[in-house]
Amino acid sequence: MTMRLAALAAALGLTAATPVAAFTPSKPVEFVVTAGAGGGTDIFARTIQSIIQKNNLVAQPIVVTLKGGGSGAEGFVYGKTGSGDAHRLVFGTSNQWLLPMVAKVGWSRQELTPVAALAFDEFILWTRQDAPWKTAGEFVAAAKAGTIKVGGSQSKDLDETLLKILEKAAGIKTTYIPFKSGGEAAVQLAGGHIDANTNNPAENVGQWKGGQGRPVCVFSAARLAAGPKVTDTMAWSDIPTCKEQGIPIEEYKMPRAVYLPPNVPAEAVAFWADVLEKVFASPEWQEYIGRTSQSATFLKGDAFAKFIASDEDRSRKVFEEQGWLVK
Amino acid sequence: MIENVAALAHGFAVALTAKHILFMVAGVCFGLVVGVLPGLGAPNGVGLLLPLTFTMEPVSAIILLTSMYWGALIGGSTTSILFNIPGEPSSVATTFDGYPMAKSGEATKALTFAFLSSGFGALFGVVVVTLLAGWVTRFALLFSPVEYFAVFVLAFASFIAFGGGSPLKSVVSIALGLALASVGMDTISGSMRLTYDVPDLIRGISFLVVVIGLFGLGELFETMQNPAAAKPVATRLDLAGVVRAALEWPRYGVALLRSAVIGCWMGIAPGGPTAASFMSYGIGKRFSRNGPRFGKGEPEGLVCAETADQSAGSSAMLPMLALGLPSSATAAVLLGGLMIWGITPGPTLFSERPDFVWGLIASMYLSNIVAVVLALATVPLFARMLQVPFTITGPIIALVCVIGAWTVAGAPFDLWLLLLFGAVGWLMKALDYPIAPLVLAMVLGDRTEDAFRQSMLLSGGKLSVFFASPLPATITGLALLCLVVPLAGMALKPRTARSAAP
Repeated sequence: MTMRLAALAAALGLTAATPVAAFTPSKPVEFVVTAGAGGGTDIFARTIQSIIQKNNLVAQPIVVTLKGGGSGAEGFVYGKTGSGDAHRLVFGTSNQWLLPMVAKVGWSRQELTPVAALAFDEFILWTRQDAPWKTAGEFVAAAKAGTIKVGGSQSKDLDETLLKILEKAAGIKTTYIPFKSGGEAAVQLAGGHIDANTNNPAENVGQWKGGQGRPVCVFSAARLAAGPKVTDTMAWSDIPTCKEQGIPIEEYKMPRAVYLPPNVPAEAVAFWADVLEKVFASPEWQEYIGRTSQSATFLKGDAFAKFIASDEDRSRKVFEEQGWLVK
Repeated sequence: MIENVAALAHGFAVALTAKHILFMVAGVCFGLVVGVLPGLGAPNGVGLLLPLTFTMEPVSAIILLTSMYWGALIGGSTTSILFNIPGEPSSVATTFDGYPMAKSGEATKALTFAFLSSGFGALFGVVVVTLLAGWVTRFALLFSPVEYFAVFVLAFASFIAFGGGSPLKSVVSIALGLALASVGMDTISGSMRLTYDVPDLIRGISFLVVVIGLFGLGELFETMQNPAAAKPVATRLDLAGVVRAALEWPRYGVALLRSAVIGCWMGIAPGGPTAASFMSYGIGKRFSRNGPRFGKGEPEGLVCAETADQSAGSSAMLPMLALGLPSSATAAVLLGGLMIWGITPGPTLFSERPDFVWGLIASMYLSNIVAVVLALATVPLFARMLQVPFTITGPIIALVCVIGAWTVAGAPFDLWLLLLFGAVGWLMKALDYPIAPLVLAMVLGDRTEDAFRQSMLLSGGKLSVFFASPLPATITGLALLCLVVPLAGMALKPRTARSAAP
């Protein structure tokens, strides 16, 4: 429902208020991916690249470069050094404002210019196939009775933050094991070496189909969009929300967003926001959203800034409690 | 197993269309070019071609890209052999004997052996993939961080223990490698280590930059110091030389088979091609009759390294498709491609998309053969490069090193690192410190550390976890054996100890 509304709003916005762009790219454009090859951000950027190329939305060629070192810090620092250059777009997640809080990474969030968020990736509590618990309630009970090992991608990153929120909300303690990527956490879950993970849908869907891990609940306000069945018996919309299963977490999502370097002209930000809005309205984008089971929400300007501020607030509280904040 | 063969036959039907054969040849040619020009490298080459494939059929796209990958892998040993510059991390071990061979006038033989061994390793890997597809993926799932750690320790032990030379100097070299590997973000704690607030150190120290510096530039500095050694070498330059070398090559059958098995094991286990080539080289050195000559231009050393590298590379395609775990930088780009084409790697991929999977596997047979044939045809051309005087090749090598280091991240900082490690490489050689342990420690260092700390988290801090179940206990036991046997050998008479070894 929210997805359809958002798409509708985007379509309306497109026809009603397309700004007259005083900026057009005058040289090849660089898409900087703040993650490794093949990861969610890489696919996010390359999908946008392919849609822009297919529909001729930008006259200049686009080059994708991978700068995923240090949890993406490499790419954000690279973006920061391109001050004033509106031909260098940085693709990332909420890492942009979260990472500077927990590690000395060489940029602060104000140093990059947010352009737009085009998708929100969901988080699902997955458990190993043969785990005795079926519902979130049983999972919480099991965690209270013994040690539950939860794997995730990186340390002090989104997965571990969500786990800390979950621990507090449910009054449990778990053991967190950081891996290099969600893919690794999915395989470790498939092998039964960990009890659970909080992967994005796309990271664990292959294992789910193959009977090597199953979803318990999704950290979302409403159930995921209905679609074709993923396994023999279930579609994405058959996964209950964690809230309806009695875990008091409203929602937890990861934006996939685009940033520009500092000190770029406002017209350039408007130009790129406009291009991205057209990408968002394309059927190829809806297809990508469906395939990766994300939710389609377009945020730019003030709305995006507001989202960042509130997400930063919530995360800062968690980081403070955990003693993760760095000066 | 039988149904796999039937599926493969179906795969050949997919792969053997005019369009796909054309893609294979084009991919291999482009891959050879990319592999020979160091610095561009297979991951970048595949990344460049990726946007072209967005509109293709997935199976055509993957055939094009993997053909290019095989071409790049096979071509990648060229600069390792001719100029001591490894274009890929996994061709470092190729330089150990390949470069001395080229220097002593055996470039044709070295290149021919390298290409043929690559091809053999790759085909061996694909055969294993074909016959054992289902079993291999189940086996790969058995690997938790505990098993990973055991595999890495085994790779370390089998290479280091048989390294020879001064043990103290080896330890210094390993320690330096481990220190370099720990720079940057630590996966387990999420904090920055040894970065000193220098933004360029946040992404860590690039392995490739260090290796190009240590090997390529280091060698260049040494040659400059002793120009007499840099006289162009006389080599017979005709295809007949290639044929002669090719006829001599089957004599290394035992080494080939052993290395291919080691490669497959590391490809599936999943230690990766770089660890596989080092391990195979170390084991070859220990158990071969020619062992003592390894590192001085012994063809068998080259065969060991190249075969294992390729066999690991191709057998690792299977965990990638069935588990979604890339084994190398290039495999990661391919994996990204799969997602964009709408294919989800996972255990059900084999049953859901048989056309895709078996078409790919069939194309692996064909394109590897195409790659070897095309690569062999270029041998006389490349061997000729060694006849160019050093005054001309020297600057070109320097340029190639700089381009190679630049392409890694496009950072000026890396060029200073390159220069620094060139000097370090030269110094280490002058003082007789072994460089290989440093390289291995850098490749495996952070993964080993991660695996160890993950194991400790999983087990609640109990070291006994490495012996708690049969699989890790066997691997860890083998590793300890590797370390103890040479010590025992030293304690007894050096010659008799060998017959006691398996």
